[in-house]
Amino acid sequence: MLIRAITAASNVVIPLIILAVCLIGRLKGVRVYEAFVEGAKEGFATAVRLIPFLVAMFVAIGMFRASGALKVVTSALFPVAHFLGMPEELLPLALIRPLSGSGALEVTTNLVRTFGPDSLVGRMASTMQASSETTLYVITVYFGAVGIKRTRHTLAAGLFADFIAFLSSVAIWRLILGLAP
Amino acid sequence: MANTVWLVLIAAGAVTGLATGTSEAVTRAALESAGSAVTLCLGLIGVMALWCGVMKIAEEAGIARWLARAVAPVARMLFPSVPASHPAIAAVTMSIAANLLGMGNAATPLGIKAMEELATLSDDGDEASDAMCTFVAICTAGITLVPTTIIAIRTQFGSRSPAEIVAPIILVNVLATAVALMADRFLRPVSRSRRT
Repeated sequence: MLIRAITAASNVVIPLIILAVCLIGRLKGVRVYEAFVEGAKEGFATAVRLIPFLVAMFVAIGMFRASGALKVVTSALFPVAHFLGMPEELLPLALIRPLSGSGALEVTTNLVRTFGPDSLVGRMASTMQASSETTLYVITVYFGAVGIKRTRHTLAAGLFADFIAFLSSVAIWRLILGLAP
Repeated sequence: MANTVWLVLIAAGAVTGLATGTSEAVTRAALESAGSAVTLCLGLIGVMALWCGVMKIAEEAGIARWLARAVAPVARMLFPSVPASHPAIAAVTMSIAANLLGMGNAATPLGIKAMEELATLSDDGDEASDAMCTFVAICTAGITLVPTTIIAIRTQFGSRSPAEIVAPIILVNVLATAVALMADRFLRPVSRSRRT
């Protein structure tokens, strides 16, 4: 019930925002159509400016995924996952989540289908998937759009936050279900 | 760090490809990924233009300034280097709000718009400013109140309670965002390039 209400609300919110902005603009005497076109012009240039940054990142991630290197890394990290109390089925998700949004969604869907949405792995995977972002993509797109190449500490901060998100996704379900930590 | 990660991904892909005989797939992936990056950017042109247009109206109508004033106390704390009534604050707020509401399509264009506004305050074209780093740190933590996609997946595979994950997700999200902000705070002085 609540879910349906939330979904319904998020469906109407975009038209409502656009309408509200245009109406208020009109009331304030803005030439709304002209202002819109003026702004939209900038959007085009930005999207084109992004291309080289996104090509660089997508090619690297594409090569990495296609080579099967992820499997090698995953099996090397099994002891670490075990040490952290993470079911080893979740390790591939933790590794792909910061790299590829569509890749992570695919892995999560598979885990939920295989283990069931209400299983421990299913719940942990759902939480991991939804509580983090595709860090590499966000950094590439946001900095790429303004032509910035030196991104300083953002990647380190983003990946560290992802790591904490994964650990706490695992820990919170152990806590809720009363499993030993 | 971005340079290192990029190189590691390429090298790991190429070497594993050679070692395990998946070079053909690696080659195909490299070419296809390059193509799909361009397709994605082209697809972005439309939504980008839409939200930049709406933001322009909001700016001229003074909505942006009003929004900036409403969030001023928080904004001053997170982005001390940005003047209180600057359009960047409105764009940053809109982008974070879009993320919170799970409006993925709007979040990216608004986030880019925010970065462009922040760039007007930066004097170095190549290096990220402090405000940009803080904003990106918040975005990479991926905070959201309505995880619609995962609820849909759980419903599809017959969960008894598809939304039971919402509270844990929000808790983990808040924690991760706090961690991202703290990491940003501590790493900020270290990562600034030593220019005069």
